[in-house]
Amino acid sequence: MLAKLNYYLKSFLFLELLKGMNVTGRYFFRRKITVQYPEEKTPISPRFRGLHALRRYANGEERCIACKLCEAVCPALAITIESEQREDGTRRTTRYDIDLFKCIYCGFCEEACPVDSIVETNIFEYHFENRGENIMTKKQLLEIGDKYESQLAADRAADAPYR
Amino acid sequence: MSDNIKVTINGLEIETQPGRLLIDVADENNIVIPRFCYHKRLSVAANCRMCLVEIERAPKPMPACATQCMDGMVVQTRSQKALAAQKSTMEFLLINHPLDCPICDQGGECELQDVAMGFGEGVSKYTEQKRVVMDKNIGPLIATDFTRCIHCTRCIRFGDEIAGMPELGATGRGEFMEIGTYIEKAIVSELSGNVIDVCPVGALTAKPSRYTARPWELTQHAAVSAHDCVGSNTWVHTRGNSVMRVVPRENESINESWISDRDRFSYTSVNSAQRLLHPLLRENGSLQPVDWETALEAAADMMIGAGGSLATLISPQATLEEQYLAQKLTRAQGSSNIDHRLTQVDFSAQQDAPIMPWLGRSLASLETLDAALIVAGNLRYQQPLLSHRLRKAVQNNKAAVSAIGHTAGQYNFALQHELAGSASRIVHDLAAVALSLAEFSGKALPPHLAKIVQGCEISDSHRAIARSLAEGSNCAVIVGSEALANPQLALLQEICEAITQASDATLGYLSDSANSAGACLAGALPHRGPAGVEVDAAGEHVGAIATSPHKLLITFGVNPLLDMHLASPLADSNESIIAISCFANEFVQEQATLVLPLAAVLESSGSFVNVEGLWQSFKGCVQSRGESRQGWKILAALGQLMHAHEFDYSDSLAVRNELKTLCSEVALSNLCGIKANSKKLPQASGPVERIGFTPIYASDDMTRLSAALQATPLMRMQASVSMNRQMAASKKLLDSEQVQIKQGKGTAVLPLRLDETVPDGCVYIPSGIDAVRHLTDAFGKISLEKVL
Repeated sequence: MLAKLNYYLKSFLFLELLKGMNVTGRYFFRRKITVQYPEEKTPISPRFRGLHALRRYANGEERCIACKLCEAVCPALAITIESEQREDGTRRTTRYDIDLFKCIYCGFCEEACPVDSIVETNIFEYHFENRGENIMTKKQLLEIGDKYESQLAADRAADAPYR
Repeated sequence: MSDNIKVTINGLEIETQPGRLLIDVADENNIVIPRFCYHKRLSVAANCRMCLVEIERAPKPMPACATQCMDGMVVQTRSQKALAAQKSTMEFLLINHPLDCPICDQGGECELQDVAMGFGEGVSKYTEQKRVVMDKNIGPLIATDFTRCIHCTRCIRFGDEIAGMPELGATGRGEFMEIGTYIEKAIVSELSGNVIDVCPVGALTAKPSRYTARPWELTQHAAVSAHDCVGSNTWVHTRGNSVMRVVPRENESINESWISDRDRFSYTSVNSAQRLLHPLLRENGSLQPVDWETALEAAADMMIGAGGSLATLISPQATLEEQYLAQKLTRAQGSSNIDHRLTQVDFSAQQDAPIMPWLGRSLASLETLDAALIVAGNLRYQQPLLSHRLRKAVQNNKAAVSAIGHTAGQYNFALQHELAGSASRIVHDLAAVALSLAEFSGKALPPHLAKIVQGCEISDSHRAIARSLAEGSNCAVIVGSEALANPQLALLQEICEAITQASDATLGYLSDSANSAGACLAGALPHRGPAGVEVDAAGEHVGAIATSPHKLLITFGVNPLLDMHLASPLADSNESIIAISCFANEFVQEQATLVLPLAAVLESSGSFVNVEGLWQSFKGCVQSRGESRQGWKILAALGQLMHAHEFDYSDSLAVRNELKTLCSEVALSNLCGIKANSKKLPQASGPVERIGFTPIYASDDMTRLSAALQATPLMRMQASVSMNRQMAASKKLLDSEQVQIKQGKGTAVLPLRLDETVPDGCVYIPSGIDAVRHLTDAFGKISLEKVL
């Protein structure tokens, strides 16, 4: 009996509506959290997994030693490596391709790399205009690495205490 | 025979024989005991201490590899005590082992990695400096990284016990122990590649495939090696569509766990720049690429045009299916001019020759021999693994092995007697042994032979060889592949048969090629069809094919310039030549009218018949390169163009089965009652005689084009003229000097190597290498001059 009366009153007095308007009103006057992308950007974690890069050592030598662990661990089979003995006797890649269409940005390659060579940068804004551009070659990856080295080093330094 | 005993390992009661090693018994029962230094085919060293297990009533853990089973023994391999012992051994081993697995070629197939995962501690307590050892250059086949070495000494024991050449050894003790060659030099052994497999870590890895692939990316295919008549079983490891490496496939009855370097590294020529990738047709003097349809039609036109004036030379390395189809195709054209015996000179007794010359016994049974006589063969460099079996007979069984051949001092085991001489000399030696044996055994020589050999001088060595054969109860006479080129082959065979019969031995014939036995069964002979059935009209043998004119000559897998001894170019006597070849060698480029690209042996399916008469089939491991095609497909396609239904095969197995049915009743016997035409023993052909031999890495185009094999010191040593000091002095020649050799109309220039084992009046001159392609015979008179 009481429940029926309660229901009746609620329907006539717009109590739910007022409650809703209360929430709306509260957020209407609060500070806004919408980011006006691309003019505004959110901060990015140093662990962000974006476009890949190959890093070098400070002396300019490429880090990658062609151990192929990234290729082996890649769940999407996006990485293709060919290797040989370079003239100075070291083990190096002759080909290092990442197919960005296959890549699922899981970051396993980065985890597997024993020399921190293959890394994922915080770049997530890129596009392709032609078929075939989705495959990043060793040269392109090294160029990205060179360009963003300071950021990459800073990100890795920031995350180091948690590894 | 002692009674069986019972041991208990991990609670499992196992019946075994006393004296067996605990680790072997555990292995047989799938109980895993970690180990590094133990290898089932090498002696026990027990120096790695990884296989420590707990044995009841023993005060300390015992190494399973050096502990013999005793009745009532109770063993725990996974008890706390055993695991603790294994864990601390592992910790010690890892103290000095570098953590460079990511760049180590062994990474992924490394015994140390596996055992460390299974039995090691997760973390290391060691923070001090690790030991570093300088790498040594030990030749073009094996890459070293001795910092990774854990001193298991498997490679040292392999050299001592299997290769018979103690080339690797250890210097220093404890932490300062280093593996090396003492004096820096390249390893010479023909079996050296096996140390790569026995090495449990990445200290010894393969140089030709260094850093190119990871074990987990490789697919393995079962294959049979194509370079000698042993038919070693191999695994071919491929990645994508390329062959990355070849490793042994264990087969107790053939190659045990080993393969020769030739079988291991010859794969490198599959990707050679010399591979033929398109059919080529000669137009206006130069070879132009054409498509297969045009090429096959041109070939069919040529064959129809030639009619009966057709001859076929097929490599004894070609598969059974290719041999069979080649002879079927040639005979379908009304010609029986087909031969695979490229180096044979004497065909006078070919009618009586064995249907399929073979070893006369199993390969494994060579180990049980009491006495053996090797005739005209250098088994060590021609059939390395067969030589290894004989070595085991000598070492384990004290077998009296003697050799009558062209070369001396070549074996890695002790020969009872060794006689070396020219082609005519060895026939004399054999005759003397036969005569002497007749005295010992009381069995008179057959009258025909007795007449020929009478008056032959018998020396003490001959008598000793004869005595060893007469006294032995399990003997073998093994005729090597150099006998084939002997101008007195028939007489040699007749004498060998007589020796065999007088000593109750088995007679065996060896060949240099993977499928000579198969070629005889398949009918790639002018006088015999498949299964050795005599043909009505015998065709021309290889000697006649090379000299008489034909409208068309087909060469299949042959490089006549190097595989044969030719007096004049084949193009001079033949109107046109179809070369079915894998490589663009000089013969193809200069003489062929039509070239059909052939798939390499690793790319084709087929079968080989080895020296024991075993049929071994295999499948292609990779796609054939370019537009090259498998041999049986080319021949079947040609056959279909001309004879439609007779050549309708769906796969190579269908060809094999057809031949197998034909061969179901072939009786294998090497004793055929051969009677030579000659009335007396041969005379020396001149004051200076050539002894031609095929260097180990010049056996076929595949080995000749393998850069790694060609760079070995063994090959460099064999690719020179050898003579003794006396001969060199009489010709006023000095060591390492360039020498000009004249034989018939041909000349060759090679560096001189002084070798005291070369018999007087003889000079070793290799066959099958480019420098000697103009010389005309493996044996015979030559003259020498200094190159000014």
